[in-house]
Amino acid sequence: MAGAPSSQDRPIAPHVSIWRWHVTMASSIIHRVTGVGLYGAAIGVAIWLIAAALGPEPYALVDTILSAWYGQLAMYLVVAALAYHLANGIRHLVFDTGAGLTPADADTSAWFAILFAIAAPIGLWALLTFGG
Amino acid sequence: MSNSERSMRTPLGRVRAHGASGEGTGHFIAQRVTAIALVLLAPWFVVSVALSVRDASYLASIDWIADPVNAVGVILLVAIGLYHMSIGMQEVIVDYILKPSTKMILLFLNAAFPLVLAVGAIFAVLLVNFGV
Repeated sequence: MAGAPSSQDRPIAPHVSIWRWHVTMASSIIHRVTGVGLYGAAIGVAIWLIAAALGPEPYALVDTILSAWYGQLAMYLVVAALAYHLANGIRHLVFDTGAGLTPADADTSAWFAILFAIAAPIGLWALLTFGG
Repeated sequence: MSNSERSMRTPLGRVRAHGASGEGTGHFIAQRVTAIALVLLAPWFVVSVALSVRDASYLASIDWIADPVNAVGVILLVAIGLYHMSIGMQEVIVDYILKPSTKMILLFLNAAFPLVLAVGAIFAVLLVNFGV
């Protein structure tokens, strides 16, 4: 492999900057962004469990953060991110079977995942508020 | 995906990690198997916690974690979720970080951190259930 160009020197395809925006592209990007964001959510769940095991006093800090406006906003965003990643993840599992890959079908399912991400946190909020 | 003669991939790049161990597809399959488990576990966790621990108080959290079904479910969620998360983040690191030393450090952290977090969170669940 002596003299072979390193991976940085090889020509790469011009991609993001010249592509017309389309929803399937957005769905793929949002899947990554929400996946990375859910890394933070997983850390939050672990902190919640560990704080509960530590006792009431360490837990009080978690309670304070979760009850504050930024904690509530964070949980709202986490539910939205999880809903998107879930819906789009199912979409990809369907893609893996070979189904739903035509541009029209992929566009429709991408919009469905985006709408589900908007609807899910509102639905959960409504369930908690009006569901008894 | 395309292995046709018009592919831009080098012959070496095409065969790497597709050896006798089958390791090349290991992460691909694991990502999907864990995804199927999370399709069930993640919505269950969000809805169950939201309905039972709505005020995020210490006692409500302890009550939820101390239920055997919840304890088993959340241990599964943490173990499978953090594994899924680690595979996904590894893909992101490999895609975007070109500098070998930075990439190596991030891949190490991405392997170690979710493991430490998972052990801590699972130990916390056990402590709440069986601790003093």
